[in-house]
Amino acid sequence: MAEGLVARISGPVVVARNMKGSRMYDVVLVGDEELNGEIIRLDGDEAVVQVYENTEGLKVGEKVTTTDVPLSVELGPGLLSSIYDGIQRPLPALTEMSGSFISRGITVPGLDRSRKWDFSPAVRKGDSVGPGDILGTVQEYHIEHRIMVPPTVSGVVQHIHEGPCTVEDTVCVLEDGTELTMMQRWPVRKNRPYTRKLDPTVPLLTGQRVFDSMFPLVKGGTAMIPGGFGTGKTVSEQTLAKWADTQIVVYIGCGERGNEMTDVLTEFPELVDPRTGKPLIHRTVMIANTSNMPVAAREASIYTGITIGEYFRDMGYDVSLMADSTSRWGEALREVSGRLEEMPGEEGYPAYLAARLAAFYERAGRVVCMGSEERTGSVTIVGAVSPPGGDFSEPITQNTLRIAGTFWALDTSLANRRHFPAINWIKSYSLYLDMVHEWFVENVAEDWKDLRDRNMYLLQKEVELQEIVQLVGPDALPEHEKAILEITRMIREDFLQQSAYDPVDSFCSLQKQYWMLKVILFFHDAIIDAMERGVSMKQILDLPLKTRIARMKEIEEVSEIKGIIEEINTGIKGIGGGG
Amino acid sequence: MQQSLVSKEYQTVNYVSGPLIFVEGPKGVSYGEIARITTPDGEERTGQVLDISGDVAIVQVYEGTSGIDDLKTKVRFTGDPPKIFVGYGMLGRVLNGIGRPRDGGPDIIPEDYLDINGMPINPYARDKPSDFIQTGVSAIDALNTLVRGQKLPIFSGAGLPANELAAQIARQAKVRGEGEKFAVVFAAMGITHKEASFFMRDFERSGALERVVFFMNLADDPTIERIATPRCALTTAEYLAFAHGLHVLVILTDMTNYCEALREISTAREEVPGRRGYPGYMYTDLASLYERAGRITGNKGSITQIPILTMPDDDITHPVPDLTGYITEGQIVLSRDLFRRGAQPPIDVLPCLSRLMNLGIGPGKTREDHRNVADQLYASYAYGRDLRRLVSIVGEEALTEVDKKYLNFAEKFEKEFVSQGNEDRSIERTLEIAWDLFSLLPEYELKRVKVEFIQKYHPHYAGGARRGTG
Repeated sequence: MAEGLVARISGPVVVARNMKGSRMYDVVLVGDEELNGEIIRLDGDEAVVQVYENTEGLKVGEKVTTTDVPLSVELGPGLLSSIYDGIQRPLPALTEMSGSFISRGITVPGLDRSRKWDFSPAVRKGDSVGPGDILGTVQEYHIEHRIMVPPTVSGVVQHIHEGPCTVEDTVCVLEDGTELTMMQRWPVRKNRPYTRKLDPTVPLLTGQRVFDSMFPLVKGGTAMIPGGFGTGKTVSEQTLAKWADTQIVVYIGCGERGNEMTDVLTEFPELVDPRTGKPLIHRTVMIANTSNMPVAAREASIYTGITIGEYFRDMGYDVSLMADSTSRWGEALREVSGRLEEMPGEEGYPAYLAARLAAFYERAGRVVCMGSEERTGSVTIVGAVSPPGGDFSEPITQNTLRIAGTFWALDTSLANRRHFPAINWIKSYSLYLDMVHEWFVENVAEDWKDLRDRNMYLLQKEVELQEIVQLVGPDALPEHEKAILEITRMIREDFLQQSAYDPVDSFCSLQKQYWMLKVILFFHDAIIDAMERGVSMKQILDLPLKTRIARMKEIEEVSEIKGIIEEINTGIKGIGGGG
Repeated sequence: MQQSLVSKEYQTVNYVSGPLIFVEGPKGVSYGEIARITTPDGEERTGQVLDISGDVAIVQVYEGTSGIDDLKTKVRFTGDPPKIFVGYGMLGRVLNGIGRPRDGGPDIIPEDYLDINGMPINPYARDKPSDFIQTGVSAIDALNTLVRGQKLPIFSGAGLPANELAAQIARQAKVRGEGEKFAVVFAAMGITHKEASFFMRDFERSGALERVVFFMNLADDPTIERIATPRCALTTAEYLAFAHGLHVLVILTDMTNYCEALREISTAREEVPGRRGYPGYMYTDLASLYERAGRITGNKGSITQIPILTMPDDDITHPVPDLTGYITEGQIVLSRDLFRRGAQPPIDVLPCLSRLMNLGIGPGKTREDHRNVADQLYASYAYGRDLRRLVSIVGEEALTEVDKKYLNFAEKFEKEFVSQGNEDRSIERTLEIAWDLFSLLPEYELKRVKVEFIQKYHPHYAGGARRGTG
């Protein structure tokens, strides 16, 4: 264990001298107040430390002690519905200790030591167990928390505990004397191991029409949501956290607003997961490192989050991880890099930005978990990106684009006209379309892909037609092209737009999505048919059908939406061929 | 000011650059502490330690470095972080940028001595903002509602009446059903004397002067002092809000000047510049100011912030408005185009946003139809504006009947809804104007409004009855 002295202080970066023998990424305690920090560079006998707390008041010459452990998180029962800062200190405990404002030098363990959990064993004396094997389970809300053998341990069970115990009590003793508790520690910067990776083929359903039906994401996939301020990144992330059909959600507020975290904290306990009927907070782990909290802890926060995600994945659960926003993480990286006086890359970001981003997103995936009982789990990452000035050519957006499988591009002009979610349907894409095709055919409808493609074609066509309209006016278009504009307006307003705040519309089942789209496209067919019979578009639009379609969102029953097809048929036939 | 008895004086300044001095060989200096600098003429200045490297301390001098030499200048380190004396008696006083009386009055009777950097509010201890603040300005109340504990900046351009709007909000803002008044903390950073006296006169006229604390760093005051001004103001605001339970409205103007001071220091330290020469940590720095708005669970007081900034060349993608927009909970944007056409206030509602709006509106707070009305106004106005562009190319004759109605709607919206002069409108009056505007459009176009609300509030249905109460 090395003990050195503070030699230089510059914001969150501290240089310590006399640190020979310390390891990269080990946690150190800096100064008399024992601020938490992490070694990020070694140079001779000097160690450069990024400090997770405010360094104000620190003096040159104060001591620096290494702890010889890398930055780790505690994994075990008690994670769910917790709210942590970037280095897994529970915020409620900090409030108890230091009041409403966060003061420095406080260490609180991530898991509650005093709480007792009812452990029911899954193995018996004499069983031989290996990495990832399930020793027993603990009921944490409605989730079965599976206590696993840590990835580096194996042996024969000599004793197994049953009944209430804390996370520190020994629940299992192996024949070689190894004592296992319900808690594991894992270094945040190291991927948790798994047996093998699988292709993601199951869509991650969100109840959002523009996501599920247009640009689907998969379980184990990655998505990015870039957008200028006010385009709805945070609302999108929160909507996903609410309605994603995964068992576990990890929500990372990385360098964002404090009031938004409060919003999540107060709203999630009241909201009910439509699939389990349980409060959403019970499946959620929150990491809150708001923009005014120390910048180095912001850098650590996404690693803390993903490690917790991987832990639940190893149990065989589907996990979705929302990171809002990865740009703030990149900026933290840039700030520390600048203080280290490293040679800057593009826009002052360090040259290793792309590598770090890729390494983070690659921790997503659908895997066969370790352990003898075959189970699969997945981690899906949805990263928000906040490009300066809404300009997508900046390094974080560009480097993320090269990795992410789904690209949901937010658009300022859509947001300005209050088209929400403000996902630009021309710029966005999903690379998973082919992978999920089969699933949609089996679970939704044979012609799902056809509808979606036709929808995209019409929207693309609209862009071309709009250009013509801008030049010569709408009257110059032939009737059937005017019909396209009418239909695409419906697609935009009555299908793609979705209110995150309306109780009925905020979640839209896949069946409802399918039928809504089907109705709109059927209406298009019907218009074209009728026009061929000589009916004018005005006659069709004068029917109450348009309003009927516009109000589809408010309808809860899918069968009622199906019924609209019949209404269209009779309505348009009613006009007759005369014209 | 408090003085430490054990501090030493150093006469070892060996490098001066812009606002920074480098002091050699100080012992036991802590990061961020305050230094007192005595120039050869005997003038005392204040500085803060920005970096300590081995035996050199870098000190930024708030009042600037002119007159400092590398031979006789003395530097004394106080061991204290930058602190300010705060007290209830600050209400009604005019102070300089670092909190000393500027109005010739006596010293502030201190009740506490606080670090101006404050500490981050624990997100868990925050209370959800939920009280609707009626500003009496339709474009804000109906479309971008301000809520207690919010930070809502005004993005202005050179020559646009942001100050008038801020003063109007400060004058009219009230939470309905409550008698209590706002206390206002006003921080001026590098604004002109004329602008400062405009605010003072306006507060005086509305009788609010004794509820206001002024922190004044005017255009000819030292630039670097501006770094401390908003921090002093927010520390005072936190004290008044959380120790005295007041509802504090903080007006910060002009944040662009603040950011320029930040850039000046960064350049003098030879740091790697980010966009347009502003430092890479400007987001974090601004966040450490803006995030000091909010409410705390179990505490009666609150801090609502209205920062004002000038967009250079009206460019909303400039780093100052851009980073601000990423931190604050929305923005109010002023438009030169509307200003030229005589709208007062010239708020361009399309790029405006209030992220906390939904927390402060709806039944029991404003009215049940508020959300729908706002959505519909936005959608219809945005469509009307698009048509304007089309009309300039193909002429109005080419439009359909419905589109012509939209065009008219957009026109009336700007003239009657946004532009209101000094009128103090209640939310009911604002919504009533909105419904009158809706009657210009065919009813089936009102897709964003629930049918029940149309039947209840549309002049076509509610006409006679409602007019009576209006």
